[in-house]
Parts: sequence; C-alpha cells; structure tokens
Amino acid sequence: MKFGILVNEGPYTHQSSDSAFKFAQAAIAKGHEVTRVFFYHDGVNNATRLTVPPVDDRHVVNRWAELGEKHGVDLVVCIAAAQRRGLLDDNEAKRQGKDANNIHPAFRISGLGQLVEAGIQNDRLVTFGD
Amino acid sequence: MLHIINKSPSERNSVEAALRLATKGSVVLLIEDAVYAATRGNTAAAKIQTAMADLKIYALKPDLETRGMADRVMDGVSLVDYAGFVDLVAEQPNCQSWL
Amino acid sequence: MSDDMDMEDGGTIKKFMFVNRKAPYGTIYALEALEVVLISAAFEQDVSMAFVDDGVYQLMKGINSEGTELKNFSKTYRALDGYDIEKLYVEQESLEARGLTEDDLLVDVTVMSAAELAATMAEQDVVISH
Repeated sequence: MKFGILVNEGPYTHQSSDSAFKFAQAAIAKGHEVTRVFFYHDGVNNATRLTVPPVDDRHVVNRWAELGEKHGVDLVVCIAAAQRRGLLDDNEAKRQGKDANNIHPAFRISGLGQLVEAGIQNDRLVTFGD
Repeated sequence: MLHIINKSPSERNSVEAALRLATKGSVVLLIEDAVYAATRGNTAAAKIQTAMADLKIYALKPDLETRGMADRVMDGVSLVDYAGFVDLVAEQPNCQSWL
Repeated sequence: MSDDMDMEDGGTIKKFMFVNRKAPYGTIYALEALEVVLISAAFEQDVSMAFVDDGVYQLMKGINSEGTELKNFSKTYRALDGYDIEKLYVEQESLEARGLTEDDLLVDVTVMSAAELAATMAEQDVVISH
C-alpha cells in the first residue's frame, strides 16, 4: 500500500515528527511504500540542516534525511510556510537576496499542491500534528 | 474509519469530539498524550468505557510505556506497537487525526 | 503552481474533507489550512470543509484585526465560492455549545447534526486536519 504523511509540527517541541517517523519506518518495514512526507506549519522546521541536538539525543532532521535517501521517500517542505519561518534553500535565498540558506539537501521545497497530490496519489494520507 | 487522537482528555476536547463524530463500528487509536485517556481513573474513563460498546479502542504501547502508564490500561483497550498502527491505517478505508 | 499540476493520476477524483477544529488568530492553523483548501481547488477534487468545535469561530462575522495587526483572512472564506468550494459543513452541536447560530456566520453553510457530519466524514477518501 502507498502512504503519504503530513507533519504539522516542528521537531523536539512536539512528538508529532517522532510519531510520524516511527510510523513511516514501521510502514516501510512491513513492505509498504511511503512515497512522500509533506512538512507544513511549524513542521517545516524538521528540514533545517543547522539543527544541533545534544549528542545523547536523537537527530530528528538527519533521521528523516537518511530515511528519505535510503527508501526514496520524497521529503517536501511547503514553500510558503517555510518562507514565513525563515527557512530557505539555495535558490530561494538567492531569489530573496538573503545571505544564507538552511534547508537540508535531502529535503526539497515546493508548493502546497504537493500535499493535495499526496492525498490523490496515495492509498492513505496520515496526519501528525498538535 | 480510523480516528487517531493525540491529546490528553484533560487538556483538549479531542477525545470527546472524536467519540461524538465516530460512526458505529469505527476504530479509535490513542497515541502520544491521548494514551492517558486509556488509563484507569482518568477524566475520560467513563466516556471511553461507554464508547467501547460501539467502537474498538486501541492505544499505542510505546507511548504508554514512555509515560509510565503501561500497567494502568483499562480493560477492553487493545495495545498496538507502530507496526500495529500501520496495520490499523491499512485496514480502515480512511483516517482522521483529531488535532 | 504549474509544477503542481503535472499529475500522473489520470483524472482520479477523491473526496477530500478539510476539518477545522481550531479558533482563528490565536494560532496560524486556520489561515494556513485555508491556503491548502484554495490550492486543492486546482486539482478538481470533491472538496468539502467541516467546521467543528472552536473551528466554527473561523466563520464569525465582524472580525476586525486592526488592533492586533494580525492578517485578517475573513474575506478568503467569502472567496471560496469563486473557487467552486461550496460544501461548507458546520456542526450544529458546536454552534449551540458556543451560543451561536447560522446568522452569526459570514458565509452560507450547511448546518449538520453530529450524526450527519459523522456519516459524511466516514465516506471521505482523504481527511486533512491542522
């Protein structure tokens, strides 16, 4: 079965991203396909490559990145939500005249249509949030 | 339909809302802080007890364990791990997260 | 949003319900949820919005945010009609519990009992909440 996942909250403050990750990992382990994880609202904060958690804690951002790379999960960050919150990839940083970018390369920035599309193209869309 | 709830019944009305809007035969999964709703003596215990007549209630075991509540689960609530969570989503035709 | 329109689903029409249970302005969820609904219109799906619990406050007439300087998005609900999003469901019990009637709302809605809304929700393909 094909799953899409929507993550609405940032890492560490809420458990949402952890629950979504554990769900995605379990779905893949059972032979399902997780085609896309869409990060919306404060969920866009899951994509910042500048995250530095304490060494004895899980690394939420890198964990998503590794899952995405290993299993071909499309990690999509909502562009409008990301820009509001100061998250930019290289292209957007240049376009907006900013001197830095902070999106992890395993994630890509795109429009909200990617969320609707995930609802259309997958058998299930599961939401994790607050 | 699978109703996924993640908030404590003493903090938000998600449990109450989900039970009000779940049709007979639906499945409820309590995760994160909603697992407190599955424990004996909690503020929503009577509502959960009544709802069991029409709905199947599950709670996520790792979330219960993480909160030290694994040995306080009400009779009639079934426990699942993340693999069981995936199965519930796959078995039910649709799902709603009560954020 | 042209990149969002490159779909491979060959005209699949799914029933999408966007469930709104949070009051506006105190958090950004109502505003960003509305942005998803507007985008969904471009995908020609069977879209509805449900307003339940504090979500009914999103539709109040007479909202004036000048004093708070928060972005007033009330008029967007009025624009939904122009996007062919006409299925706006409001739960009767939620209105009553807040001392409100249909006359207090700024757009035409279908008021439903909890039982009617539950049945409508159960027949959706995709339910998204924020």
